[in-house]
Amino acid sequence: MTLSDAHYPDDLLYHDQHDWARLYGDEHAVFGITWYAQDSLGEVVFFDAPEVGAMISKDASYAEVESVKAVSDVIAPMSGEIVEVNDSLEDTPERINEDPYGEGWLVKVKLTQPEERGALLGADEYRKMLEKA
Amino acid sequence: MADAPLRRTPLYERHAELGAKLVPFAGWEMPVTYEGIREEHAAVRTHAGMFDVSHMGEVEVEGPGALAFLQRVLSNDAAKIEIGGAQYSCLCNEEGGVLDDLFTYRLGGDRYLIVTNSANHDADLAWLGRWSRQFGDVAVRDVADRYAMLAVQGPHARAILISALGIALPARMRVSTARIGNRPALVCGTGYTGEDGVELLIDPEIAPAIWAELLDAGVVPCGLGARDTLRLEVCFHLHGNDLTPERNPIEAGLGWCCVEATGFIGAEAVAGARRKGTAERLVPFKIEGAGIPREGNPVLAAGERVGTVTSGTFSPSLELGIGMAYVRAELVEPGTEVEIDVRGKHRPARIASKPLYQRKG
Repeated sequence: MTLSDAHYPDDLLYHDQHDWARLYGDEHAVFGITWYAQDSLGEVVFFDAPEVGAMISKDASYAEVESVKAVSDVIAPMSGEIVEVNDSLEDTPERINEDPYGEGWLVKVKLTQPEERGALLGADEYRKMLEKA
Repeated sequence: MADAPLRRTPLYERHAELGAKLVPFAGWEMPVTYEGIREEHAAVRTHAGMFDVSHMGEVEVEGPGALAFLQRVLSNDAAKIEIGGAQYSCLCNEEGGVLDDLFTYRLGGDRYLIVTNSANHDADLAWLGRWSRQFGDVAVRDVADRYAMLAVQGPHARAILISALGIALPARMRVSTARIGNRPALVCGTGYTGEDGVELLIDPEIAPAIWAELLDAGVVPCGLGARDTLRLEVCFHLHGNDLTPERNPIEAGLGWCCVEATGFIGAEAVAGARRKGTAERLVPFKIEGAGIPREGNPVLAAGERVGTVTSGTFSPSLELGIGMAYVRAELVEPGTEVEIDVRGKHRPARIASKPLYQRKG
């Protein structure tokens, strides 16, 4: 079972490679992939998580998600240090499909360049980008 | 070729209605999945699923010289096909390379139907036509437009077909004629999933109605995604991946469908490969732990490259990464430990025996 309709919460920031960031102040954020990303991939069967402590850079791949048919890089919407990964995805990667903005979150990050938020898209902008594609 | 419009099967509208994810495949616009590959895969393993495989080609071979001709072009012993029988074989070039892998059905005394892979259909047809001219008394006809093809597979497939269509079904590896939708049809006791079931060759005009009837009867629509995971779990070859004109049937593990004594095209090369052995062999493997192998991934042993993955996927039944790879002949023993280089990560794997998934009961 997956969310059958496209959904992009207004309280998130979006990267054009179909990733989202939920910011907690200037220091912390949670990242995940968007409804569009999980729908394009199909049923996710494997999340190849980064190590806690790894440094990740905006616009660079920090993890992989795989469906039965395809593998996709996960792009960091902002730079920082991985402080936690969603371990529950090891056994239940399908949560990325079922609840991409909730239980399907991927990593928690300590941001190193919080000003990067300015380059991200709001929900409306992201939706408009998808409509154009 | 790349810019040619995609062809659509007679069931295209049905797929679109069901919300299928449609993708280009061998020049056709085909459903890869409807509700999800895992669900569709499970439906075939436990119940019944149907696949629109109308993109596959059909070639009719007919005439007094049909058997002599088939003996020459097919790797298997065509004389063994009884009327109403079916046989798997390779179509080889002079060097023993595999041009295609095919099922041949004997419809009458000197009338046969060959089912081709869609990507190879035109080339197969040209090849068969060319060789048939050495046999004056055989006709090779492209009849691909005459049939829609529906594979209905799974432990409950036969029972559902019997009650929904009111037809008798052939035994495994047999073919029978039937009337479906009040039109002549062929029912083949074959498939590509490792489950029981049949493949229906029906009039394209009635295909949408038959599809709807089977849908009502509870048969689950399945796309090419599940078709691939199902076939790979039981180690059926995919031409273009596991079989190519650069590989002979012996290294592909298909020596069992080659009878060199018939003198088929490529028989000498195949006999040589059988006698001398080949440098590499196609073997199935399972990833131990995380990681999903994909086509083209290098196979490593002791840090050295020893082969290449030709098919790889996530196995919904086994819930792990599986695949087939050509590896050095000294490494083919089941249990041999290797590593698969999956996008730079070395994933431990073990050579396995066929099939990777064993049917229950």
